[in-house]
Amino acid sequence: MTATIEPEVGKGRLRKEDERLITGRTRWTDNLTLPGLVHLAVLRSTVAHAKIVSIDTSAAKEMPGVLAVFTGDDLDPEGKIGMPCAWPITPDMKSPRRPVLAQGTVNFAGEGVAVVVARSAGEAEDALAEIDVEYEDLPVVLGLENALAEDAPLVHEDLGTNRNALWVFDSGEAGSGGNVEQAIADAEVVVKRRFRQQRLVPAFMEPRACVVDPTAAQLTMWSATQIPHILKTMSALTLGLPEHKIRVIAPDVGGGFGGKIAVLPEEIMCLLIAQKLGKPVKWTESRSETMVAAHHGRDQIQDLTIAAKRDGTVTGLKVELLADMGAYLGLVGPGVPILGAFMFNAIYKIPAYHFACTNVFTNTTLTDAYRGAGRPEATFAIERMMDELAAELGMDPMELREKNWIKHDEFPYTTVSTLTYDSGNYEAATQKAMELFGYEALRQEQRERRERNDPVQLGIGISTFTEMCGLAPSRVLGSLDYGAGGWEHAAIRMLPTGKVEVITGASAHGQGHETAWSQIVADQLGVPFEDVEVLHGDTQSSHKGLDTYGSRSLAVGGIAVVKATEKVIEKARKVAAHMMECSEDDLEFSGGKFTVKGTDRSTGIGDIALAVFAAHDLPEGVEPTLDSEAVYDPENFSFPHGTHLCATEVDTETGRVRIRSYVCVDDVGKVVNPIIVEGQMHGGLAQGIAQALYEEAVYDESGTLTSGTFADYLLPSAADLPSFTTDRTETPSTTNPLGVKGVGEAGTIASTPAVVNAVVDAVRQFGVNDIEMPLSPMRVWQAIRTGEKAAGGPGAEAGGGLGSIDPAHGGAQ
Amino acid sequence: MRITVTVDGTSYTDDVEPRTLLVHYLRERLGKVGTVVGCDTSNCGACTVHLDGHSVKSCSVLAVQAHGSEVTTIEGLARDGQLHPVQQAFHDNHALQCGFCTPGMIMQSIDLLSDNPDPDEHAVREGLEGNLCRCTGYQNIVKAVRDAAHHMRPGAGPEAERVTGADTGSRTASSVGGGGE
Ligand code: FES
Ligand code: FES
Repeated sequence: MTATIEPEVGKGRLRKEDERLITGRTRWTDNLTLPGLVHLAVLRSTVAHAKIVSIDTSAAKEMPGVLAVFTGDDLDPEGKIGMPCAWPITPDMKSPRRPVLAQGTVNFAGEGVAVVVARSAGEAEDALAEIDVEYEDLPVVLGLENALAEDAPLVHEDLGTNRNALWVFDSGEAGSGGNVEQAIADAEVVVKRRFRQQRLVPAFMEPRACVVDPTAAQLTMWSATQIPHILKTMSALTLGLPEHKIRVIAPDVGGGFGGKIAVLPEEIMCLLIAQKLGKPVKWTESRSETMVAAHHGRDQIQDLTIAAKRDGTVTGLKVELLADMGAYLGLVGPGVPILGAFMFNAIYKIPAYHFACTNVFTNTTLTDAYRGAGRPEATFAIERMMDELAAELGMDPMELREKNWIKHDEFPYTTVSTLTYDSGNYEAATQKAMELFGYEALRQEQRERRERNDPVQLGIGISTFTEMCGLAPSRVLGSLDYGAGGWEHAAIRMLPTGKVEVITGASAHGQGHETAWSQIVADQLGVPFEDVEVLHGDTQSSHKGLDTYGSRSLAVGGIAVVKATEKVIEKARKVAAHMMECSEDDLEFSGGKFTVKGTDRSTGIGDIALAVFAAHDLPEGVEPTLDSEAVYDPENFSFPHGTHLCATEVDTETGRVRIRSYVCVDDVGKVVNPIIVEGQMHGGLAQGIAQALYEEAVYDESGTLTSGTFADYLLPSAADLPSFTTDRTETPSTTNPLGVKGVGEAGTIASTPAVVNAVVDAVRQFGVNDIEMPLSPMRVWQAIRTGEKAAGGPGAEAGGGLGSIDPAHGGAQ
Repeated sequence: MRITVTVDGTSYTDDVEPRTLLVHYLRERLGKVGTVVGCDTSNCGACTVHLDGHSVKSCSVLAVQAHGSEVTTIEGLARDGQLHPVQQAFHDNHALQCGFCTPGMIMQSIDLLSDNPDPDEHAVREGLEGNLCRCTGYQNIVKAVRDAAHHMRPGAGPEAERVTGADTGSRTASSVGGGGE
C-alpha cells in the first residue's frame, strides 16, 4: 500500500527563509558584536594613479578612541602579500601584485591607503581625516583603446604593457568548424558592428562587511560573501595560515549578483589586524566605498563581423573583444569575458567562428563577475547582430533567427565553440512568447505609426537566448586553466527523531536554497517538508563546498543533495531488510517507507533512523548511521534558453523610452519551486533592463568615479520598471537526475538586447542602427536627430535615465 | 544630550552625541538591528522606520530629533506572534529574496497604505520610489502591497501597528487598516 503523496518538487512553496527576514530577526554581518570588538575604517585614495610620497599617520593616532593606524608597509613590510587571482587564462598572463593596502603607488581611486582601528566605527571614521597622504601624480590610463595605444602610459610600469592577456578560440584550428576569414571572404552579405558594454556596479543592497574573532580556537571570520569555502582556502593560501585554523561564516547575506565573489583586501586586513591586536575586529563599508572599492562588471568593446548568405543563412562569426580589467585582477576577473567565448554562437548553427579577447589594465576599479559574467555581453552582441543582419537583408528578425537556430530534433547538438547542448526547444518557447506578446498585432501597429509619422514610434525587440549554467564540469574548468573544480558537496544527517539536517556547500544569499533543498529532500526521503533543516554558509557545519554563482546551486548543489539522499536510502535498505527479516531485493522504497513487495508490511525511514541510533540490533558489519554525503561533479553544463520580446514606445520628440510590454518564455528545465523561479526571472529582468536603459559607472578624465553614489548611479526604483509577463516551457535537462538547468542569470542575460533591439527598431527609419547603453532620453533623442549613437554625454548624469518609463513622474528629483 | 524615545513599545532614556543618527542609535545602542543601512545618501530606504506613525529614513534623522517620540521598527510590527498584514503579504507573495531591503519596504508600504488604502499598481510604484530593491524587480512587492491592502479592509485584518501616546500625527489602527477613507 503506497500512499500517494503530492510531490514537493514543482510545488509553489512559500519560503522558509522569509520568517526571519520579514520580522527583522536577520543576521547580517554588521549586526554582529563581540566582547572587546574594535572597528576598522579604510582611507581610500582620491586619485587614480600616483606615487605615494609619504603617509603621515601621527595625528590620526592621537585621535580619541584610536588604537592603531596601519599602512600597507606596516601590515606587510616585505611586500609579499598579494590578493589572489584564481584564473590565469593564459600561461603568459600578466599579473600585477595587488597589495592589502597600496604600497608605493595607488592605481585606482578608491584603493585602500591606510586603515584606522578605533573603539567605535564613528571614531575610526573621524580619524581618517587626520591622515596626511602626499601623492605625486602619475598619468592616468583610462579607456580601452587609449590603454593599448603605442605610446600609452602604463598602469603597472613593471609589467611593461597594459595588455593583461590575449585569449583566442578559432573553430578552424579547433576542428569544430571552418575558417572564419574564408567565410567572410565568400559571404554574400557581411555586417560589421561595434558595441560597447558599459561598466556596471553590481549594487547588492547589503554593503560588504567582515568580522574576525581571533580569541577562539579557530580564527573565525564572518563575512558578507558569496563564497565562504573559497574564502577560507584562499585566506590560508594568501597569508600562509594553516587552513584548519580558519573558520568562515557567511551569515545572512544581502545579495551578491557576483559582486561578492571575491577575496577582499579588507578581509585579509581584518585577519591580519585581529591577530596583531588579539581583539575581534569589524569592518563595514559605506555605500560610497562599495561603489569605488567593490568590483564592477562588464566594460567591453565588442567588434563583431557576421557573414551570411542572401537567404539569411549565417556562414561565419568573428568576435574581437577588448575587456577592461581595471587596475588589478579580481578573483576570477580575467576569465569573465572568456566565459562569453562559448556563448556568442548562442542558439545558432554557425559553421565558422573566431573569438579573440584582449584583457586590458586601466586606472579604474577592478572588474569581475556580475550576474551572467561574460554571457550577457555575448548574448547582447549576437542578439543585436541578428537584428542588424535582418535589417540588412530586409528579413523579419524572428524569421532570420528561426532559419539559423538548432531545431528541437537536432539535440544533443555540439556547437562550433565545442559545447554540447543536451536539450532545448526554441520553437516551443518562441511560439508561446509570440502568442502572449501579440507579435503580429504589434508589428501592424508599428507600421501604422510609421505611416502616420506618429511622434511616438513603436519598436519590437527580440532576444532568443541560451546560456551555459551549472558551473561547472571540473574537467572543463581545468581545460580553461581555472584554479579549482566545479563540483558541489551535500550531506544528510538523519536524526534519531526522524528529522533531517541537510548540509550544502552552496551558499545562498537570497535565492531560497533552504526552501528548495527541503522540497527536494522531502521527495527523496518521503519526509515532511517541515522536518527538513538546511544548513549552509559555515565552514564548520558545511565543511566542503564551492559556493554559489553561475546559476550552479540547483544544477550542481541540488544534485549533490539527491545523490546524498540516495546513499541514505541504500544504507537504510540494509537495516529495513534486517528489521523485517526479508531480502533487500524484496523491498521497495516509496513515500518514506520500505515495503515488502506484494505485502502490506512496511517500515518508515524515521523508525529506521531510530533503530540505527539505538544500534541494539543491526545487521552484521553495518555502521550505526544513515548519514551520508556526496560530491557531485557535473558531466556537462546545463543550457536554459528562452524567447524574450519587448515592445517599447519611443517619443521621438523627447527621446523618452517607455517599455510597453515585456514578455518572456523561459525554459529552465524542471522547476523545483515555480514561485522562486518567477522571482529570479523578475529580478534578473530588472537588472538586464537597467543595463539597457539606466545604469553606467562613469569616470571623469581624472579617473574619478562620478556615478559613485545611489544619487548618481541610476539603480531603478519600482517607478522605473514595468510589470513583466513571464511564462515557461519545460524541456528537462538530460544530464542530471532532476532535469534542472538553473535560472539565476537568465533574465539578466536575455533582457538587455531585447530592450535595445526594441528601441533601435523603433527609430531605425531615422537611419539609426545602434545607440550606446544606457539609452538615456538624451542619447535616443540625439541618435534620432543626428544618427550619432553615443551622443549626449555619458548618459549617467543624474536624471539622465530615471523616469524614462513614466513621463508623469520622470526624472530623479 | 539626554533623550527619551519609545521604540517598539518600550521607553528608553539615553545620553547620545548630538550627531548620532537615529539609525545608529537604534542599531548600536538599542540592538534594533532589524533596521539596516544600505547607503549614505538617503537614497535606498533600507533604514525606513515610523516616527510618530509616519515613515522616515532613519539615516536622515538625528537621534535627538526623536526625543519624546514613538518609533516603530520592523521588529515592533508583529503582535503576539501575529504578523502585520503587510509582513504576511510580503511572505505570501514572495516579495523578498535576500531580504535586506525588506524592513524598509514593509515600513514604507504600511505608510503608503495609510495614505491610500487601495492603491493601484501605479500608486504603489510611485509610493515606493524611495526604496531600492536589487533582488525582486519589484513586481512581487507591488503585488504584496496590493494584497495587503485587500486584507486590511476594515474588519479583515488584525489590529495594525500600535501607537501609544497622544496626537503628533499618530495613526490609529483603522487608518492603517483602510477605515480612514
Ligand atoms: S540607509 Fe539608505 S536611505 Fe537610509
Ligand atoms: S530582497 Fe534583496 S534587496 Fe530587496
